[in-house]
Amino acid sequence: MADYVRFEKEMKSEYTILVPNMLPRHFKIIAGVMADHGYKMELLTTSGKNIADTGLKYVHNDTCYPALLVIGQFIDALQSGKYDVHKTALILTQTGGGCRASNYIHLLRKALKKAGLGFVPVISLNISGLEDHPGFKLGVGLLRRMIYGVLFGDLLMALTNQCRPYELERGATEALADKWTERLVKLMQSSSNLKYKRIKELYGRIAEDFRLIPKSSVKKPRVGIVGEIYVKYSPMANNHLEEFLIGEGAEAVVPGLLDFCLYCVYNCIQDAYSYGLNKKALWAFKIALRYLENKQKDIILAIKAAGFNALSSFSHTLSLCDGYISRSVKMGEGWLLTAEMLELGENGVNNVVCAQPFGCLPNHICGKGVAKRITENNPDMNIVAIDYDAGATKVNQENRLKLMLARATRQE
Amino acid sequence: MKKGENGFYLGIDIGSTTAKLCLVKDGDILYKKYSRHLSCPREKTAELLKEVRELYGNISLKAAVSGSAGLGIAQGAGLDFVQEVFATSEAVKRIDPDCDTVIELGGEDAKIIFLKGTPEERMNGSCAGGTGAFIDQMATLLDLTADELDEYSLRSERLYPIASRCGVFAKSDIQPLLNQGASKADIAASIYQAVVNQTVAGLARGRKIEGKVMFLGGPLYFNRGLRKAFKRTLCLSDENAVFPDFALVAVAMGAALYASGLTNELELDLVIDRIEKSREASELTRTMPPLFDSEEEYEAFRLRHCGADVARGDIASYSGKAYLGIDCGSTTTKLCLISEKKEILYSYYASNKGEPVRVVLEELKKIRGLCSDRIAIASSAVTGYGEELITNAFGVDMGVVETIAHFTAAKHFLPEVEFILDIGGQDIKCFKIKNGTVDSIMLNEACSSGCGSFLETFANSLGKPIDEFAKMGIFGKNPVDLGSRCTVFMNSMVKQCQKDGASVEDISAGLSCSVVKNALYKVIRASSADELGKNIVVQGGTFYNDAVLRAFEKEIGKNVVRPVIAGLMGAYGAAIYSMRGEKSTLLSLAELESFEHHTKNAICRGCANSCRLTVNEFSGGRRYISGNRCEKGAGLRSDDQKELNIYSFKHSLIPFGENNRDGASVTVGLVMCLSNYELYPLWLSFFKSLGVRVILSGPSDKALYEKGQFTIPSDTVCYPAKLFHGHVAELCQKGADIIFYPSLSYNINEGLSVNCYNCPVVAYYGELLSSNADLRGSAFLYPFLDINDLSRLTKELYRSLRGYVPNISQSKVRHALKLGFKALDEYRSTVRKKGEEIIKKAREQKKHILVLAGRPYHCDPEINHGIDKLCASLGFAVVSEDAVAHLAPRQDVEVLDQWTYHSRLYRAAAIVRDEPDMQLCQLVSFGCGVDAVTTDEVRRILEEGGKLYTQLKIDEISNLGAVKIRLRSLLGAMGDR
Repeated sequence: MADYVRFEKEMKSEYTILVPNMLPRHFKIIAGVMADHGYKMELLTTSGKNIADTGLKYVHNDTCYPALLVIGQFIDALQSGKYDVHKTALILTQTGGGCRASNYIHLLRKALKKAGLGFVPVISLNISGLEDHPGFKLGVGLLRRMIYGVLFGDLLMALTNQCRPYELERGATEALADKWTERLVKLMQSSSNLKYKRIKELYGRIAEDFRLIPKSSVKKPRVGIVGEIYVKYSPMANNHLEEFLIGEGAEAVVPGLLDFCLYCVYNCIQDAYSYGLNKKALWAFKIALRYLENKQKDIILAIKAAGFNALSSFSHTLSLCDGYISRSVKMGEGWLLTAEMLELGENGVNNVVCAQPFGCLPNHICGKGVAKRITENNPDMNIVAIDYDAGATKVNQENRLKLMLARATRQE
Repeated sequence: MKKGENGFYLGIDIGSTTAKLCLVKDGDILYKKYSRHLSCPREKTAELLKEVRELYGNISLKAAVSGSAGLGIAQGAGLDFVQEVFATSEAVKRIDPDCDTVIELGGEDAKIIFLKGTPEERMNGSCAGGTGAFIDQMATLLDLTADELDEYSLRSERLYPIASRCGVFAKSDIQPLLNQGASKADIAASIYQAVVNQTVAGLARGRKIEGKVMFLGGPLYFNRGLRKAFKRTLCLSDENAVFPDFALVAVAMGAALYASGLTNELELDLVIDRIEKSREASELTRTMPPLFDSEEEYEAFRLRHCGADVARGDIASYSGKAYLGIDCGSTTTKLCLISEKKEILYSYYASNKGEPVRVVLEELKKIRGLCSDRIAIASSAVTGYGEELITNAFGVDMGVVETIAHFTAAKHFLPEVEFILDIGGQDIKCFKIKNGTVDSIMLNEACSSGCGSFLETFANSLGKPIDEFAKMGIFGKNPVDLGSRCTVFMNSMVKQCQKDGASVEDISAGLSCSVVKNALYKVIRASSADELGKNIVVQGGTFYNDAVLRAFEKEIGKNVVRPVIAGLMGAYGAAIYSMRGEKSTLLSLAELESFEHHTKNAICRGCANSCRLTVNEFSGGRRYISGNRCEKGAGLRSDDQKELNIYSFKHSLIPFGENNRDGASVTVGLVMCLSNYELYPLWLSFFKSLGVRVILSGPSDKALYEKGQFTIPSDTVCYPAKLFHGHVAELCQKGADIIFYPSLSYNINEGLSVNCYNCPVVAYYGELLSSNADLRGSAFLYPFLDINDLSRLTKELYRSLRGYVPNISQSKVRHALKLGFKALDEYRSTVRKKGEEIIKKAREQKKHILVLAGRPYHCDPEINHGIDKLCASLGFAVVSEDAVAHLAPRQDVEVLDQWTYHSRLYRAAAIVRDEPDMQLCQLVSFGCGVDAVTTDEVRRILEEGGKLYTQLKIDEISNLGAVKIRLRSLLGAMGDR
């Protein structure tokens, strides 16, 4: 492995770390946590076609769309003149699987070099110890609080999605979600010894606030969104899919980020049994899995208590993929993608958009590959696979979504 | 119908290329109309509606809009919208309740509707070319109208395989066929067949198309040849293939039906008014600054480029020796006659109209006539796609590789040239020049051919000649941003812009910018202008277009040299190159006058490849055979090539078909695809020692592929994976009890990379097969195995097989595995030894050694299309990456080196980097996402040693014309050094 620029200890206090924009609320709250631990993080909110163009310029054009966008967004930011490039670092997650996504960080470094920015440190955010950055250490305490960020983010996402299509006063939901996001960021920044009990109370208060938003009782078709993780969540990547669905009179249902975290942990445990990997850390992964599952249950309870719909628990979702795909398919979104489609169906969300980057390798298998069997066994399921790419036209995407929506309304 | 309503229902269907209307009253169609809108959908629709107004007056009616262009218009006009596939499905259910399946082809979309069983509507994915726009493009390519194309197709005698993955790929198959002299009738029929394959494979995705099938949409209504092809392919009887007379307006009918359910009536005038005034509320197309700010700026630019000219001579008065250069390109033919002082005496540049031989013949006659006795053509050379055809047809003295021809010409204009960019009709070629020789070559791949012919086809579709279209772009005020993925995507982007009201000027300018960006960022992969050096020459017919030239200068921020004869550079270079010749064999005027040319088709019986040959016969007994992959087909003797070709050797080792005939009653089918291509010795010996019969599927060919193509769920997956479906279908047919393809997240750990993953497709394709293939009672086993741990492997295999293999036990499995691994080791060392032997022999014979580097499964002739044989016939000794990778240590690469197969590429590249007599070509399957990571790395490693990098992108395409040019460029550049 070629040498990489490390994020050194002294950089921690001086450098601004730029964060790509995948899930704005989640990442904002997590950035709050990081601030409390002494990191200066800034969530990139830039958008526009310039980002994809910059990506196309610095990354091999056949690379998947998420890589083009993430790298494009970073380089675009560094070249914007807004940041002192010698006092800026970048952060990217690295899952370390067999999909080419594990290479994003390396492609980013190559692109930086090409752009004459090779000195900018790139921090790898991973739990498998893939790289060493002296200035960036994830302790158990920090990890735990980052998880809280994920939980709050998932909660806000689930509630927002269920209120926005029905709100009587336009913008009320978004405003409430923004208000809570700000409050949570502040909370995360200030109280380092936050007790979980307090957090659980907050769940209830948040859900209650959303419950109180005046809503209409019209019935709208519910449409699930699954897919490659970046394209699934990032509005920039999926051409504002949620907005579009709401505009078309539907409700978007998006499974949370915690499921993906659980999926990663679960795979680490599986690897220990199937391939003898991670044996020393097996106990820790097992504890983490149990811990996260319990936390997920609390969220589900809070959502249900306020009269909203919640998706299933991880262990149940996991069990759904049997008969469709093996739990050992672990590259990319792997079995989780299949399981989430089934989970949505089981929860009465029969309409599903499978959002994927053009030419996504794992999704050949666990997205398009399983669609036939899912619809055979569940004739009501209405799945549409949409490719996202720098060159794909919005009209073609929207026309296919419209077909899915037309079927959805017919079924109602 | 409510009281007071008229009962008029109007359906408006505005697609990507046509507008359709249907007016219904009391269930009867009163009026219907179909018309092309030439990218002015709004205006055309209003016009059609006014015709209705003429006939029926300002009636009150219920109206609904449908279609891809209708989407935006309905929004802007505040009219009701219904999705077109949905509308069709509702209409057909009403009109013909017996119908089982509907296939509808439109301008840009292909759709299939299953009405029986689980009802389902499907549309093509983003990457699909089997549509009306595609047929139009192909007709233009053949210089035919759409109707003529249909006429021709009915007279066909044979079908050529034409890639059906997308339009760009199909084009790359068709162009060389034309240049090799295949008949237009056969090509026309093959185009239709490609459309059928695309529709059936891309949309049916495993669902059988049977029963009563209704065919709708313009292309299926107008093209009899296309209907015939569908009927034949789907094996439909006359009763079951329905081609209704409402095929053109079916969607509009569906929309009218939908309209009947609406609540409000509108006056027709109001509908017309709203449509005329509709401007889409949606986002405005992104635009860029204009190419020129003022007329003066353009004038200065024009004058500057006039400077790069070449001296002319007068053919009418010149006497002495002259040299002729011919450039027979993909879409154009160029000729150039020069004097001894390299003055141009005569030049010609025009489209070859799909008949290069005829064009060259006419020109040669003219030139010979003009020369009379004063001018002696001392030598002649030909370059380009049609090089061999033309050489053989007219006795041209020498052939020259395009790269060399272009470099020769560019040097004449700018002796210190450092970078040459040539954008032709079909190809983009870029070369860096260092120390007077070609240092690196970059050529576009099939999927990035956003070049000249695209601009031309597009100009034609707007009814404008290319020069006029190009001129319009120069003063476009707000060039639109059209992206650069590929021409299919760009095409729909253009349509989207038109719908948003962009002017032709802005589109022309935008297209020019896209062509340039495509060349810069996809082909050259440059991120800064400095990489191109100071002295840049741009050429090729596309650079006659001032908008393209300007866009290029603006994008790189510096001025370049564009010779006034930009389009003739290949021919001019060939003419200069030919000056080394002394005595010419070029046909005389008398011979030209009596010139005859016939083509016939044949199938080569030389080997199992069964190449389809086109035999060209010329007067004087000269012959040229094309379509062959190796020398045998060309009627030449093949010497010891097989010995120096590891691909043939590896392939000959595989015991396809039945093995261990005397084994127990159970038959195991081994799928000879993907990872099994390397691991088969392990599994074969494993199953043999368990005492069962083993059938190896294959060898693959097109027919095998077609057996399984209907079950492919994802049309963007690589061809090696798609072939898998055919192999499984074959094994089922042969009655295998068990079909075996293990799921291997990890490949064998060679200890020379960070990790040893397989790519997701190789690892899990079995998973996909199990839920998509029709297994007919065979059991498909795809156990998840840890191939690097004998005890876990034993346990898992035992668990997986115990229900199927009699008398099996853990210890038997373990023992069989040990034997299996031994066989695998032996196989791999055989391959390595053979590799060493080839290298040694090649060195003795002073042959160049070529590492044809891909994956083990690239050994399959249906995947590599005989490229190995082509390499051998060009004089290379061919070895593979797995035969040499072990000679290099672990590589320190800039990416995550985590896939076993791909890691070998880096090591093979390192060997080639360090050995002067070795070269490397990388085989890349289209759709291989992982190779987007590896190709840049392999190139980097090779360039460290000053080696040229050549990438050969392969897919279903079987035509090797483009591959040959790449290989010959490599050879040419090597010789030049």
